[in-house]
This record gives sequence, structure tokens and C-alpha cells, in this order.
Amino acid sequence: MTGIDFLSRYGPEMGQRTLEHLFLVAASLGIAIAIGIPLGILVTRLPFLSKPILGFANLVQTIPSLALFGFLIPIPFIGGIGARTAIVALTLYSLLPIIRNTYTGILGVDPAIREAGKAMGMTDWQLLTQIEIPLSLGVILAGIRVATVIGVGVATIASLIGAGGLGDLIFRGVAILDTQRILAGAIPATLLALLADAGLGWLEQQLTVRR
Amino acid sequence: MEPIALQFCDVTYRVNRRTLVFNLSFQVRRGETLVILGRSGCGKTTTLKLINRLLNPTSGEVRVEGVPTSQWQPIQLRRKIGYGIQEVGLFPHFTIARNIGLVPTLEGWHPDRIHSRVLELLAMVGLPLEFADRYPHQLSGGQRQRVGVARALAADPPILLMDEPFGALDPITRLEMQQEFWHLQQRLQKTVVFVTHDIQEALTLASQIALMQGGRMVMQETPRDFLYSPEPEAQAFLKGLQTLKTIDGWLRGEPQ
Repeated sequence: MTGIDFLSRYGPEMGQRTLEHLFLVAASLGIAIAIGIPLGILVTRLPFLSKPILGFANLVQTIPSLALFGFLIPIPFIGGIGARTAIVALTLYSLLPIIRNTYTGILGVDPAIREAGKAMGMTDWQLLTQIEIPLSLGVILAGIRVATVIGVGVATIASLIGAGGLGDLIFRGVAILDTQRILAGAIPATLLALLADAGLGWLEQQLTVRR
Repeated sequence: MEPIALQFCDVTYRVNRRTLVFNLSFQVRRGETLVILGRSGCGKTTTLKLINRLLNPTSGEVRVEGVPTSQWQPIQLRRKIGYGIQEVGLFPHFTIARNIGLVPTLEGWHPDRIHSRVLELLAMVGLPLEFADRYPHQLSGGQRQRVGVARALAADPPILLMDEPFGALDPITRLEMQQEFWHLQQRLQKTVVFVTHDIQEALTLASQIALMQGGRMVMQETPRDFLYSPEPEAQAFLKGLQTLKTIDGWLRGEPQ
């Protein structure tokens, strides 16, 4: 079978599943960023929250992904079958690297620089927005990058709870022992992960402050 | 006599049951340069930070222009007090112009006014004007230090706090900076509190030297009186200078 045959047979479905896959990852990542970065910042301001919040995110990360999807199904509102449940699970998975990197990134800003800003009469908000966030942007972005790559991988399992995505091709291929079908799901998934990794890696480099 | 700009009244600062400074009482008159001299860990930086409320006294009172710091709004107080530290204090992601113009920007000056002030300050500290658009990592240590001084002076604060600002420089650049700072101070007549462990720097810059040891202020003298002080800690510092004299003697061929 040639490449052209392969594409003409699986191409349309590959395209459709890739879009579904992208949607799952992008939606969950967007929510995880919107929740994770503020939480990471909050933890730097209220250190007593660092144990519970980081502990929770850590705990979620240790639950096997298949089990997490399973746990969510019976929960009202966020659970059930389909993309919504998958997005909730993927969001939970993405939280840890984002919260942790925001937290460590901001704490990693040279205390002398923070103190200089404070001594010049900057308010806490000015310190955060003008000094701490810009200086830790590279580290925060590294967290988002890890979360993205994990998300692309875990999202394949989401097909088991009816969320669609490239997992559909893979699991169907596994069920009927069709290697080509498995590849039709696995190759785009791998490419997505590699592209996201390279793209965010490049961005990370652009945003990391030279000293 | 000039009025008193800064006053410590029996100030003690304690943290985690460790007392860092004990019962400090001293004053600085307007336009004076008080150099706080002492070994590492003697409490000199702590003393400095008590002035702009980076730290608050455990007991006693620090008065800035007659008003206890506890009654100052900390942000307002800090913008009135220039603060210069070693080069690490520059913001690496800000251009030199933005670094220097920080306090004026916070104070809401008009951008044109900030721009002209930045150029004026660059000239004042002897840096070429085209440095305005560079970043700190593109400058040498000495140049960064000049930027640090310019930043501290930006909003023309009546009081300047300097925490070993020239500590990271090589000895030659350091000497240059000290001389330039002295000339600048002759012109600007700020009230300066300058922390150092370098006796030579203290003698060059100070109108008063305050010697600290183990969290206490053991003496406050003019540089001239300091040279003749019988105080053992003062003698210990002066020994460094005597070594220099001895070497000078060798070079001139005097008998050892």
C-alpha cells in the first residue's frame, strides 16, 4: 500500500479526528492556564496555601488517566459521556505543571531585584506585573509546554469515554488488529505533540529574559 | 546647624528571637553623608532597611523628617528616599532608560519629562546618552553601577540610602566611582546614609562615620576623629590602611 492509498483511505478521518483532538487539548489547556496561573501567583502571596494546592495538583497527577476518566463519569454536571468530561479530566492533568512552574518561576526571581523594586516604592501589584511575571515568563511557559505535551498524549484515551479525537482511530485499530488504522491515529498525535513542543519551546526562548 | 533629616531613637530590631540591632540612637543632619562602617553581619544593612520600612523596628522609633516611619505611608516614604544597591538590583528586562526612570514613572510624571530627566541623569553620572536604549547585560559592572546611582537620584529624593553600591567593582573602578560620587554629593547636598565595610571608602565619602559591631553602634565620629580613635574595632579597621602605608614606605625605599 502506498502513501497515497493510505491518505485517500484515512485522510478525511485523520483530519476530522485531529481537529477534535486539537479542540480537546486547546480547550482544556485554556481553562488550565486561566485557573493555574492565578493559583500559582496566589500561592506565592499566601504561602500557607502552597501545601494544599500543590498537594491537590500533585495527587491528581498520580491518578492513572483511564481511572480519572472513569471517576468523572458518574459526577453530575461535569461528568457523563463525551467531550465535556474529557476536557475536565485534561484540565486537571494540565494544572500541576502550570501551577508549579508559575509558583517556582516567581519564587525564583532574584530576591535582590524584588527588594530593589519594593525599595523604589513599587506596590505589590506593580512588582507582580512589571517585575515578577515578566521575569518568570520563560519558566511559566515551560510549564504550559509540559502540560500541552501531556495533554496531547492523554487526550487519545479520551476516546474511550466518547470524546472523539485521534484515540478513536487508535483504539479501533487495536480492536480489529489493523496496524494502518493505529498509525493513522498515532502519527498525527505524535506530530501534534512534537509541533507543540517545538513551537512553545521557541516562544519560551524568545520570552526568557537575558541577563 | 542644618535640621535633622533622620533620627533613630533607641531602635531595636529582632527577628526569630535573634536581635540584629540593639538600641540604636543616632541622627543625620540634612546634607550630611553618614557612612555606616562595619564587618559583614554587624547589622548595617538592617539599619538601612529600617529607614525605608523594608523592615520595621521591634521597639523604638525611626524618624524621617521628624515623622516616625510607622506614620508614613510606606510607598510614599520609599519614593522620597533614593535607594542604591549593588548592580544586581537593576531590572534585567528594562532598558537603561526605563530602569533610571522607574520612580518618576511610578510617580506618574509626563513621558517627555521622564525622558529629559533620564538624559540629564545619564550625563550627570558620566554615561553616553545612547546607553538609554541598552539593557543592563550589555553594560560593564562599572557602567551598571552608574545606572544604579542615576536610578536612585531619578526623582530627586532628599534622602539617599546606599547599600555597598560599589561593592562588586574592581578596586580601580571603585575608586573612580567613589570620587565621582563625592563630587556629585558636593553639588547635590543630599542626606546620604551609605553602608560599607571598606574603611578607605568610609574615609573618602563620610562627613560622619558610624561604626557598628555586633548589632550595636560603637561610635559616631567625623573621619578625622575616627583616625585617632582608641576604639579597638576602629583600630582593627585602620590596620588595613596601615598595611597600605607600609607598602607605600617600601616603595619609597624607607627602612622597614
